[in-house]
Amino acid sequence: MTDASVPQNVAPPPAEVADVELYHAHSWITKYVFSQDAKVIAIQYAGTAITVGILALVLSWVIRLQLAFPGAIPFIDASVYYQSVTMHGMIMVVYMLTAIFLGGFGNYLIPLMVGARDMVFPYVNMLSFWVYLIATLVLVSSYFFPGGPTGAGWTLYPPQSILTGTPGHEYGIILMLVSLILFIVGFTMGGLNYVVTVLQARTRGMTLMRMPLTVWGIFAAAVMALLAFPGLFVACLMLLLDRTLGTSFFMPSLVELGERKDYVGGSPILFQHLFWFFGHPEVYIVALPAFGVVSDLISVHARKNIFGYRMMVWAIIAIGVLGMVVWGHHMYISGMDPWFGFFFAVTTLAIAVPTALKVYNWVLTLWHADIHFTTPMLFALGFLVTFVNGGITGLYLGNVIVDVPLSATLFVVAHFHMVMGIAPVLVIFGAIYHWYPKITGRMMDERLGKIHFWITFLGAYAIFFPMHYLGVLGMPRRFYEMGETAFVPASAATLNIVITVIALAVGFAQSIFFYNLFKSLKHGAPAGGNPWRAASLEWQTPETPPGHGNWGKQLPVVYRWPYAYSVPGAPEDYLPQNAPPVRGERSP
Amino acid sequence: MSIAIAMVLVVAGSILFHVLSPWRATPIASNWGFIDDTMGLTFLVTGAGFVAVILFMAYCLYRFRHVPGRRAAYEPENQKLEAWLGIVTTIAVIILLAPGLFVWGQFITVPKDAMVIEAVGVQWNWSFRLPGADAQLGSSDVRYIDSTNSMGLSPADPKGQDDLLITSGDLHLPLGKPVKVLLRSVDVLHDFYVPEIRAKMDLVPGIVTYFWFTPTKIGEYEILCAAYCGTGHPQMRGKMVIESEADFETWRTAQQTFEQSRKSDAGRDKRASAQ
Repeated sequence: MTDASVPQNVAPPPAEVADVELYHAHSWITKYVFSQDAKVIAIQYAGTAITVGILALVLSWVIRLQLAFPGAIPFIDASVYYQSVTMHGMIMVVYMLTAIFLGGFGNYLIPLMVGARDMVFPYVNMLSFWVYLIATLVLVSSYFFPGGPTGAGWTLYPPQSILTGTPGHEYGIILMLVSLILFIVGFTMGGLNYVVTVLQARTRGMTLMRMPLTVWGIFAAAVMALLAFPGLFVACLMLLLDRTLGTSFFMPSLVELGERKDYVGGSPILFQHLFWFFGHPEVYIVALPAFGVVSDLISVHARKNIFGYRMMVWAIIAIGVLGMVVWGHHMYISGMDPWFGFFFAVTTLAIAVPTALKVYNWVLTLWHADIHFTTPMLFALGFLVTFVNGGITGLYLGNVIVDVPLSATLFVVAHFHMVMGIAPVLVIFGAIYHWYPKITGRMMDERLGKIHFWITFLGAYAIFFPMHYLGVLGMPRRFYEMGETAFVPASAATLNIVITVIALAVGFAQSIFFYNLFKSLKHGAPAGGNPWRAASLEWQTPETPPGHGNWGKQLPVVYRWPYAYSVPGAPEDYLPQNAPPVRGERSP
Repeated sequence: MSIAIAMVLVVAGSILFHVLSPWRATPIASNWGFIDDTMGLTFLVTGAGFVAVILFMAYCLYRFRHVPGRRAAYEPENQKLEAWLGIVTTIAVIILLAPGLFVWGQFITVPKDAMVIEAVGVQWNWSFRLPGADAQLGSSDVRYIDSTNSMGLSPADPKGQDDLLITSGDLHLPLGKPVKVLLRSVDVLHDFYVPEIRAKMDLVPGIVTYFWFTPTKIGEYEILCAAYCGTGHPQMRGKMVIESEADFETWRTAQQTFEQSRKSDAGRDKRASAQ
């Protein structure tokens, strides 16, 4: 930090980009349906993502019921089971988590947090949502085609995914691939918007190192996604050609159920490389926005600056860069050249260092803090527990030789649900409880919020923590039924029943959240503009909910970082980013 | 406040579960005890990290909870502390990684004297091939597959004529001798998985993959498929029998060679067409 006697920050730098007039909606349709307002698009994105996420939640019950009571439920046969597994995974990872973090929170928060009037390309932003919606409809429509949706597993590995031994090989796989291609087209339009808005549309005084970590997380995730999704795009396109035109990108010569196929010379492992070149960055595309959001939730509700802000930013960047070169750890036993194992094990475990530093800084933010146990704070703390737990099991699976016995077992399922299922979902809930007052002008019910937190947090931990041990035992994943297997004791079936019962309860408990969400729209306590007394810019809008253009006549001017909490000498325990400097202030 | 207590209980519950859990790794039956050791080390290091971080957090939540009049400290960063934490974490990661890479080096280095056998996957069962008197396996290709040659051995390759074909799904192996398992699939991805030997590897159509191990315990072990291969995936089972060298030889001499199987199949076909 620089010398205290020099009052920095007093004169904000001049505006680099002139304020421009936005397109103003003239009708209900252009305001709420084909809207170009990022805040409306955000709600559309989040609403679609949550709706399709509920479908994926119901599918998880199908999976759990079959695992606990194999064969007891007549309509769950092997095909339905594998279709449920596939659709649950793909929807949750891509259509729910990616869409809600980037399309939902990204759209709502980026312009408000950096002091912009809207995204820089509002029309393209609108298109992004509509293409995403079509992609989602195409995917869900596969339930209405002969053969149903694909049951290839969310990884869609060829040759199996396009051959007849797999459910949904008629239309389901084609619709899945077309839907993914559409999703990526839609995402690219949105992603470019998020990146350019962060780089070009920040208000005066909002330097990069004064951005809230939420924006940093979403920005880094958008950059990663723009680099990673093309891998999936070409993989889907090539697999689609293999399926429809009989090309052989991924298909070697093979004999399927006694019949010689015409494919020749393709490489199944090439698909895996392309898929995971997308698939691993995808984990961070979900995790980095969650990291950012949780940093802000902890800071606001602990009334303390985030500890080590600069380290937090560099850690996000380091994770983003390293995250692009670790994909091979999904393929240790794929039959690729085993020498790759050394490289990917080193990069994968190296990523643990910046990630651990982030965890330390979150926890150290609580040191000498003034902690308010609000609902958003509880969810943020729940994230820390599940993320640390799920993160350390990544050290098992990343360390190539330890992965060998554990890969393809329930240990992997438990690991990734803990770290990129439960942890980010807890952040999403925390973020909704936190920003709901800004979006609607009303508070959500704290009592219901806390009940929702306790059931979800403790329940989810009880579902996935014991599941690791079934994986250590050796129980494989993606088994429709275990059947008689010598090494699996009867107690494993009992544990599966317990897990299923908890999973059903936690699933149904989400209705508390939805009840709260809709009830508070009308009956929530009026929130005012800044109920959490937060310092970042989105809480300083002249209107709540913010109007079109966000800032009224004048764009805000930023004088400090967004973590000016409990600054010595300041009259209150927070200084808004746009409040004029206090004499002798040393905020970055 | 209750969240601090909950965190202490989560830590205590997790440790208790770990100690009391009846679900543990199967008794090992191969030379890969080092894998178990590396995993045990990982349990210790990461478990200590988990307990330390969560308990410290629980303490902070209790100690610095909001009470009227409290005001947080203002400390944007502490580079010395952050550097130290970075160094300690890096050392912990190296402690985990170094033995892991060392054992991986062994895993990918096949002993020269290893017996070479082949496992073939097809939706949804296992078959195996052992070298005959010439101690070599003949070449193969999916284009040779027909009703009398389910594993696709080259009919013209002299090395393959004496290969022993096991289509029953029962693989016998002698105790204490390193085995290199060549893996071949004729249709989709499969994965040769026996929990008790720890090692596993994918079968990839179009290429031949491999892994090796030394059986160390007499017994019967179930072979599963660990790469999802369609609706019959869970039913794709085989049996691996580890037995003494003498028992293994008895079993081996009873197996049919490729040449014999072609002849008997051809004879059956001839009889069938004569009727």
